[in-house]
Amino acid sequence: MNGITSGYGAWNPIAWTLLFLGVLAVGFLVRASGRKGCKRGTGQTKVFLSGNEEPEEAGSLHVRGGHLYWGMVEGLSGYFRRVCAAHTGVLSDYAAWFVGVLGLVFVILVLGG
Amino acid sequence: MNLGNMPFVAAALLILLGIYAVLFKRNLIKIVLGISLVETGVNLLLVTLGYRTDGIAPIFTLAPRAGPMVLPTPQALTLTSIVIGLATTALLLSFVVWIHRHYGTLDVRKIKELRG
Amino acid sequence: MTALMTQHAPVLLIAIPLLGAFAVPILGKLGRGARDAFSGLIALLTAALAGVLAANVFGQTGAASLYVLGGQGFQLPLPSGMSVPVRIVLQPDGMSAFMTLITALILLAAVLFSFSYWRDRSGGTLYYSLLFLLVAGVFGMELTGDLFNFFVFLEVTSIAACGLIGFRVWRKTSQEAGFKVMALYTLSGLFVLLAIGLLYGQYGGLNVAYVANALSGGTLDLIALGLLLAGLALKAGAVPLHMWAPDAYGEAPAPVSAVLVANSQASLYGLFRVLFTLYGPAIRTETAGWLLITLALLTIFVGVTMALIQKDIKRLIAYGAVSQIGYMLLGVGVGLAVSVAKPDYGFVAMQGGIFHMLNDAACIGLLFLCSGAVIRAAGTSDLDRMGGLAHSMKWTGALFLIGSFALAGVPPFNGFASKFLIYEASFRLSPFLAVVAILSSILLLAVFVKAFQAAFLGAKPSVPVRRTSAGMMIPMVALALVVVVFGLFPGFFLDRIVTPAVNALWYGRDAYIGLVLGGG
Repeated sequence: MNGITSGYGAWNPIAWTLLFLGVLAVGFLVRASGRKGCKRGTGQTKVFLSGNEEPEEAGSLHVRGGHLYWGMVEGLSGYFRRVCAAHTGVLSDYAAWFVGVLGLVFVILVLGG
Repeated sequence: MNLGNMPFVAAALLILLGIYAVLFKRNLIKIVLGISLVETGVNLLLVTLGYRTDGIAPIFTLAPRAGPMVLPTPQALTLTSIVIGLATTALLLSFVVWIHRHYGTLDVRKIKELRG
Repeated sequence: MTALMTQHAPVLLIAIPLLGAFAVPILGKLGRGARDAFSGLIALLTAALAGVLAANVFGQTGAASLYVLGGQGFQLPLPSGMSVPVRIVLQPDGMSAFMTLITALILLAAVLFSFSYWRDRSGGTLYYSLLFLLVAGVFGMELTGDLFNFFVFLEVTSIAACGLIGFRVWRKTSQEAGFKVMALYTLSGLFVLLAIGLLYGQYGGLNVAYVANALSGGTLDLIALGLLLAGLALKAGAVPLHMWAPDAYGEAPAPVSAVLVANSQASLYGLFRVLFTLYGPAIRTETAGWLLITLALLTIFVGVTMALIQKDIKRLIAYGAVSQIGYMLLGVGVGLAVSVAKPDYGFVAMQGGIFHMLNDAACIGLLFLCSGAVIRAAGTSDLDRMGGLAHSMKWTGALFLIGSFALAGVPPFNGFASKFLIYEASFRLSPFLAVVAILSSILLLAVFVKAFQAAFLGAKPSVPVRRTSAGMMIPMVALALVVVVFGLFPGFFLDRIVTPAVNALWYGRDAYIGLVLGGG
């Protein structure tokens, strides 16, 4: 009914949503036909920390935002080092980028027709 | 006196001087002056575009002689641009005043708390 | 009354926010309630006018209409028999009406959010004044058919935007951001004025249609195009001219950041207007198109990777916004590069790029408003110091998640609909483009997962959290509804709103010129 087509594919979000809900329903059915007997508040629902005790101040367990994706940033550290160094924070450098790109655009446009 | 292309050359020189000041000067006020120079250069270019050789001011009342008149539209454009330049320079300078109050310096190389 | 509104909608769209901007300080003397009611009234009226304009323009399938300021005739017949357009005209065509819809939506959300944002702070009156001035300038940029008028409104938006960025004068970083952004905006605006001066000097006219008709594409025209491209690309936030954007979006108050995104998109609209309608076939569109595509790829990739390492939530969302501008540039750049041969995928690419402008505005608006609520609750905007907000702010967390998924292009939200079109069409031009775009979308999801984890997940914080008030929740829910509805029914909105806009740029140049020069 409604949906968009690009020249080579089609996307119908209503159909997708119905499919998604259907898969969710199947998942719930599978879960419902499992073992009952989960007792809340007992050891069954306590957080498992590889056998360690849960610390009193649970806030210290929260991985703060700055530490996420450390591995990816380390892996791309060459790229990040150069690109972050380019973001100096000095206004004159920003204006230099502007004038530089302006010159480049002149060259490209005038030479390219 | 035939000025030829002098006004255009002067406008281009002003613009280049202004860009030089923005790029290579350290004092914030000199950077604002550089922007103001670019503005002046562009305004000069706009006014010069309207000039016609031996033209008189574009006012019909009590015109000194009949003949070509310079174009009035670029003069209107330049007036508008001057007023806009006034507003932007005022805003830039008030930011400079506040920056000096907070940072204690006007060196653009030291005002880089926001980076990265 | 409605006939009056319909006939004068283009100029009222600029005049009513302008009236609001200057009248709010007077009403502010009567108290907060009067000021809030007046601001809400202005925002509602503006949104109604945008709707009326859109209904008019889209009802005629995107044909341009002409509104002459200050008189009926705009042609001045010369003794030689030629006629020259002399008045300033507003020429809302499909693309302009589309942009005004976006701006009106963001304005409504921002003003509604501002009611509760400024409830316990002072200075709100001047804030509303600047906000309406900014929006008046943005509407002016989007509706005008005159080059110098465009420059004037460009500068109006620059001044108002920088006033709002540096609004909190007690923060040193706000002043630094305000100065940097103002200097860069002014410099780019001056180069745009230089280009307009060059074009005027060559062709003797300032009307877009007039200059477009007379354009010959010589070296001086190409230099003017370069100046316009660089100047407008800086204001739009294309890499490597984007470095002011995180400062600006990060330091402005939260509802203003959403309107600043609309401001950047208006400059992007100006760029498209220059490339498609002003220059059009007078230049080698392949060169310009591939230039746009290169800028787009840089913007997409650098925007999202820089977002990955940010520690401030608003700077993170700001880099995300910069990255999404790249998607719009990619879609329209692909369209521009093939606009001579006009294959089908060029049209699809433009549809994707322009649809993404609307989707991005809604999603980024939602994300910035959520971040405003989060900063309020946590008392800080540092991702390293917040946490556990989902215990008390479940709805805000859910809305943040909806905004993140939508922006990253996860089905069934609206971001996927536009990104799907961009992926498919750019793949046809070159597979590398689609690869970079898709990978960066995945990275963007990672970026927002990081922000969500840092802000919302974790143990309950020890200090009590200020929950999001109802006044803040309503505009966020409204934007989320827009995200969901546009995601579930993309075909409807694509046909009604986006395709007329694309038609106006892709096919509509002759109609645009003919309206001013052909008629009378």
